[in-house]
Amino acid sequence: MSDMSNAVVEKYHNDFLKEVEAHVEEGEWVKMCMQCGVCAGSCPLGPHWAHPPQEIFMMIRAGKREEVLSSDAMWMCTSCYNCIVRCPRGLPITHIMHGLAHYAHRLGLAPEKQPTRVFAKLFWDNITKTGRANELKMGLSLYFKDGFGNGIKEAMKNKALGQAMMKTKRLNPMEILGGHGVKDKSGLHAMLAKAREIEDAKLEQGK
Amino acid sequence: MAEAVATNQTILVVGGGISGLTAALEAAECGKDVILIEKNPSLGGRISQLYKYFPKLCHPSCGLEINLRRIKGNRNVRVMTLTEVAAVSGDTGDYTVTLRRSPRYVNEKCTACGACAEAVEAEFPDEFHYGMKSRKGAYLPFNMAYPQRYVLDPRILGSEDADKARAACPMDAIDLDMQEKSLEIKVGAIVWATGWRPYDANKIQPYGYDRFPNVITNVEFERMLDPFGPTGGKILRPSDGKEAKDIAFIQCAGSRDKNHLKHCSRICCMASLKQATYVREQYGDEGRSSIYYIDIRAIDRIDNFFARVKADETVSFIKSKVASITEDKATGNPVLHGVDTEGYHRYSNPHELVVLAIGMEPSVGADAFPVEVVLDDNGFVQADEANGAIFAAGCTADALDVNRAVQNATASALRAIQVINRVAASEAVSGAEG
Repeated sequence: MSDMSNAVVEKYHNDFLKEVEAHVEEGEWVKMCMQCGVCAGSCPLGPHWAHPPQEIFMMIRAGKREEVLSSDAMWMCTSCYNCIVRCPRGLPITHIMHGLAHYAHRLGLAPEKQPTRVFAKLFWDNITKTGRANELKMGLSLYFKDGFGNGIKEAMKNKALGQAMMKTKRLNPMEILGGHGVKDKSGLHAMLAKAREIEDAKLEQGK
Repeated sequence: MAEAVATNQTILVVGGGISGLTAALEAAECGKDVILIEKNPSLGGRISQLYKYFPKLCHPSCGLEINLRRIKGNRNVRVMTLTEVAAVSGDTGDYTVTLRRSPRYVNEKCTACGACAEAVEAEFPDEFHYGMKSRKGAYLPFNMAYPQRYVLDPRILGSEDADKARAACPMDAIDLDMQEKSLEIKVGAIVWATGWRPYDANKIQPYGYDRFPNVITNVEFERMLDPFGPTGGKILRPSDGKEAKDIAFIQCAGSRDKNHLKHCSRICCMASLKQATYVREQYGDEGRSSIYYIDIRAIDRIDNFFARVKADETVSFIKSKVASITEDKATGNPVLHGVDTEGYHRYSNPHELVVLAIGMEPSVGADAFPVEVVLDDNGFVQADEANGAIFAAGCTADALDVNRAVQNATASALRAIQVINRVAASEAVSGAEG
C-alpha cells in the first residue's frame, strides 16, 4: 500500500464510506442506494465483472476498502448510462464508478493488468504528451502492450486496415515522429502538474 | 332535483367511492345536509372492483352493501351520479359550485330488467373489468350498482341500437332526448374524495406490460378472481387462456421511483401478499407465488398477515427489484431478469404469469382541479388553511388502504361539520339580531 493510501486510512479510521464521500467524485451519493438491484440487473456487462454497482455500494458501507479499490468492477463500466436512467433514486452510478476507478488508480490500488485500465493509462500518457491524441502511437502502444512478439503479430493482423486508413488520410504515418500538438506544450504540462499538486494536497490533508 | 334545496349549510362530497361514501354518511348521520356526487353511473368506486380486502380477507361487497343501505335509509344525503364539478367559487362557508351532469338516457322508471342490453348489439370494453371483457352499449355498471339502473353508452346514440334499446324497454324508461345539464348550488364545505387510479403500467418500459400478454397489473388480477369477472373467477393467462399456477409478483412497479411515482403507494405490499393467498385458495399446494421486493412494508397489525403468508411454503420472497422482463417465445412465459440483494445472484426466472404490483396516483391530475388547492409533490391534496373549507378525504389526501382511507374520510367529515356548525351559529346570531 502506498504512503498516500496509508495516510487516508489513518485519517478515516476504517470509515470507508466517509472516505469515499470526501474523495470520490459523486461519492456522497453512495449512502442513498437502497439496494434494489436494478443497476446490477440492467448492466449489459453485468455477468462479466466481479461486483455489480449495487454490491460495490454495499461493500463501501461495510468498510471493505481493499476489496472495493482493487476490484475490476469500476474498470468494466462502458458508460452506457442504463443504470443512471433506471435507478429509482437517481444515483449517478456511472459517474460514481468512474470516480472510484480514478481514486483507486491514484492510490495505486487498482488492478495492474486490467485491460481497460491499461488502455486508460496509455491514452492519458498519449494525450498529455502533446495535448492532442496521437492515433498512430495509440494504436502501436496498444499492439505492443503485451510484449514485442505479440505487438508484431497484432500489427500484422491489422495491416490492411492501417494501410486503408493511410490511403484515405485517416492516419498520418508522419505522426510517428512526435506528432501534432497544442502550441504551448510546457504550459499544458505545468497546468496538469499544478492540478495534480492541488488534488494530492487535498488527499493528504483529507480535504 | 337539488337546485333549490342546497344552502351554505350543505356539505358537498365529491366522489362516491369508499371515502366519499364514508364522509357523506358520517356527516349525514350527524344530521347535516349532504349532496354526494359521483362521476360514474354508480357509487362504489375502486373497492367494488376488489375481490377481497386485506387483512381480514372479507369481500368488499359486504361493506358496500351496508354503506348503500345506510345511503338509502338516510334522508339527509342526496346522491347524484354521472355528475362532475365544473367550477367552484367563493370561500369557507359560502361556496358556489357549478355541477355538470351527463345524461344517462335512462330515467327512474328503470327496473334493471336488462331487456335493453339484450336488444343492443354494439359492445365496448367494460371499464369495470379494466377492459378485460366487453359489455353492451346499454349496461348495468356492475351487479351491485347503485342506483340499480341501466345506462346507455353515449356512443350508441343516433344508431339503430339506441332505437332498439328504447323499443325493448317494457317500462318506457329510455329517454334519448336527455341532455347534459349544468346547475349551480350553494354549499358551505366541500369534501374532495376523488380517489386514485392505478399508475399507467405502459410507462414502466423494461417490464413490457404493453408487449407481453402474460404481464398484467394487480388490479387486473383482482378482476380475474371475481366469479362474474372476465375469467369467471379463474387465474388464466391472457395469452392462451391456460391456468397460471406459477405466478410472480413485482413490488414497487412504478412506486418509490424517481422515474415514475416518487411516493410509496402503501397498498401494494399487502395487495400482493393478499393475492398470494388467492393463489393458494385456488391451487392449494400446487400453486407457486414468488414475490420480488425491495422491502415488504407491512407494519403494525398487518405484520401478522405478512408472517402468515411467509409461513406458506408455496410463497417465496426474492429481495430484488426486477430489472427487466423478456418473453420466452415458445411457452409465452415472461422471464424476469435481475440480481438479488441477498448474495447478489444473477437470475433469469421464467414464470407463467407476472403481476405488477402497480402503485396508486391521484385520479385528478395536478392541473385538472376545478379549484385551486395545495398539493404535495406527488399530487395529493394537503391539509392547508389556504384550502378554506375544501377537505381532502381518502386517497385524494394520500396513498392509503381502505381502512386508513375510511378513517381519513371520517376526519374530513368532522372538519366539514365544524365549518357548517360555525355557519349555522353565525346565521342564528344574525337572525336573532335582525
